[in-house]
Amino acid sequence: MAVFPSTAAAEAEGRSRKPRTKAGREGTTRGPNSRTQKAAYVFIAPIGLGFLLFYLWPMLQTFGFSFTHFGPFGGNTWTGGENYARVLQDVTVWRAIGNTLLYGAIGLLTLPLSIAVAALLNRRGLRGVAVYRALYFIPFVTLPVAVGLVWNWLYNGNFGLLNEVLSWFGVSRHFWASDPSTALWAIGVVAVWQSVGYYLIIFIAGIKGIPQDYYEAAELDGAGPVRRFFTITIPLLSPSIFFAAVICVINSLQMFDLIYVMMSPMNPALGSTQSVVSLFYQWAFQQNNQGAAAALAFLLMLLTAALTFLQFRLQKKWVHYA
Amino acid sequence: MRRRSLLAGALAATPFAAGCSASGGDSTAATRTGRTALSYGMWDPAQVPGMQQVIRAFERENPDVSVEIQLTPWNSYWTTLRTAMRGGTAPDVFWMNAVNIKLYAANGTLVPLDEHITRARTPLGKHPEALVDIYKYGGRQYALPKDFDTIGLWYNKELFDKAGVKYPDSSWTWDDLRDAARELTDPKQRVYGIAAEMDRQNKFYPTIFGAGGYVLRDGRSGFADPRSIEGLRFWTDLVDRGWSPPQSAMSEVRARNLYLSEQVAMNYDLSSMASFMYGTPAIKDHGGVAVLPKGRKRATVIHGLANCISAKSRKREAAWKFVDFMARSRAGEIQAKGGVTIPSYAGTQDAWLKSMPEFDLRCFLDMVDYAYPYPSSRNTAVWEDLEYLLLGAPFSGKGGIEGAARTLAKQMDRALDEEDN
Repeated sequence: MAVFPSTAAAEAEGRSRKPRTKAGREGTTRGPNSRTQKAAYVFIAPIGLGFLLFYLWPMLQTFGFSFTHFGPFGGNTWTGGENYARVLQDVTVWRAIGNTLLYGAIGLLTLPLSIAVAALLNRRGLRGVAVYRALYFIPFVTLPVAVGLVWNWLYNGNFGLLNEVLSWFGVSRHFWASDPSTALWAIGVVAVWQSVGYYLIIFIAGIKGIPQDYYEAAELDGAGPVRRFFTITIPLLSPSIFFAAVICVINSLQMFDLIYVMMSPMNPALGSTQSVVSLFYQWAFQQNNQGAAAALAFLLMLLTAALTFLQFRLQKKWVHYA
Repeated sequence: MRRRSLLAGALAATPFAAGCSASGGDSTAATRTGRTALSYGMWDPAQVPGMQQVIRAFERENPDVSVEIQLTPWNSYWTTLRTAMRGGTAPDVFWMNAVNIKLYAANGTLVPLDEHITRARTPLGKHPEALVDIYKYGGRQYALPKDFDTIGLWYNKELFDKAGVKYPDSSWTWDDLRDAARELTDPKQRVYGIAAEMDRQNKFYPTIFGAGGYVLRDGRSGFADPRSIEGLRFWTDLVDRGWSPPQSAMSEVRARNLYLSEQVAMNYDLSSMASFMYGTPAIKDHGGVAVLPKGRKRATVIHGLANCISAKSRKREAAWKFVDFMARSRAGEIQAKGGVTIPSYAGTQDAWLKSMPEFDLRCFLDMVDYAYPYPSSRNTAVWEDLEYLLLGAPFSGKGGIEGAARTLAKQMDRALDEEDN
């Protein structure tokens, strides 16, 4: 959970691109040279300390809180597994977990989309690539609050642009973000739109790492662009896809800011869009029930860990390290 | 990206912490000059000028005390205050509302004021009784009111004229309102008669009381009571008949804005919105306000802010002087001139009434006689969250208000049971 996307991306890229050879070379320099080792520890100390202080310690604390009744002004009392029992029996929790998994599934749609765009942007001789990349990346670096507000305006049932455009095709007005049957998808679309740029960067880098020889050989054998894409690009890109899938699922499971911005408390679709994290926020900071909220947070961590573990197991079946 | 917003939250909290330590520094400086420095926590920037004038008047009367405002935006006010309470850095005096009073009082974070009130002969009787009652817990008074709000029926005279409907007055009943809503609705112009927004304070609490129902009594929920359901159905009926936009439309554009943009002809709304409406030219010209129409009985909801003293404050005597001062007529008069709120001290409201002569604001004062206090319990926020979650579908025109109300009552009772332990 405690991974900053940017650093993790760099790490994974490094891992996937230079696999065994480098490790082998390092094997020879390792050994008695303890000065280099010390230097290495000094260099990783800042991030290491940050991790211990800002991730591991709060995590342990949260775990502790999940067994207490959290007094609103101090005075926590030990309640054992009561919070967990409550969380597991609560209908809204299961509903939120269902919604969260659906957000994860919608989020995964980002990957084929960004792979397609990355492949198109990597065509030789394409002009203005930098402009396109910037355009795709801007949503990712825009504040989620701004993104949510703008999309709320687009979705608006009274004067929204989306309804205006759809009305040209005879589709009648609809409250996209306030109707329980469409609201979750409406938010999901925004999440996808927002994160395409990020995965695009990963995939562009991945595609650039594929040697041109393969394409040339395939072309000589008469393979068309579609064939080349599916038999060369996709398999050789699979390490990047795997990394992106893991990050994407984790991010989608932590869905919060768009829901917070786009759903007012009076929105009748609130219940059908609530994710585990937004439920956590509601319990902890609106209902003053930090104990149960901590238990909920911990369950989310278990769920995230389980899904990530599953992905790592499945990768053996489809990820090819060149 | 999720993390970024959490970080932003943490950063947003820091200025407050910084504010605390800064005021701490001030207090040591102040003791050197022989003055007691109080910190005063509030959330509404619109009221800062008015409160500053009140503070100046207070400091003139009490030269040995100085007061400094600590402004925290509404969105983070309560979270920040709770954290500050835990850490012992809460302001000496701060604003309290109905939703939170019992939580704070029950946990011993506030100074009970009864002895002070008797000793200083604070004129508590000059404030509306229903409002004073909100700030009682376990038979003791924990905060003194400074202002109040009631709900009135705002209406658009131009739309009434166009539809040929008589303006609302004090003789109106729910039937009159329904008839008017039907005639005012004009789908072609996209104008609705009324806005049946799912809003507890402005909409369904007043009608629940008006139908003879209740929200909370002796620690039990009143939502399953047939009279309460009647009060809720008053609104969902208006949606079902198409005389009000559905809730899905009003979660995207609030009823208040629909009223301001002349898309609904009538709206139940707060007295404190008067100055806001006064700032909208069209509404200033042809907006009106009347008392709420009568259901089975006359009712509206009263709420107001109050000042309380932190139990952790080491300057209780000075803090009491300030709170006492703000519950008296002088502070009321100053607030009324600001035009932002209705002071709760009887007889000081004239300046407020005169500040917007186009509106018949007196009706808000008339309604105080039959106003019900805003209902609250020890952990009000829990069941308040349930209300909107469960009533959303019926308010969107999907029907089933009776079933939704019963489910709400059941879940609310469970939440109330959990409060006790």
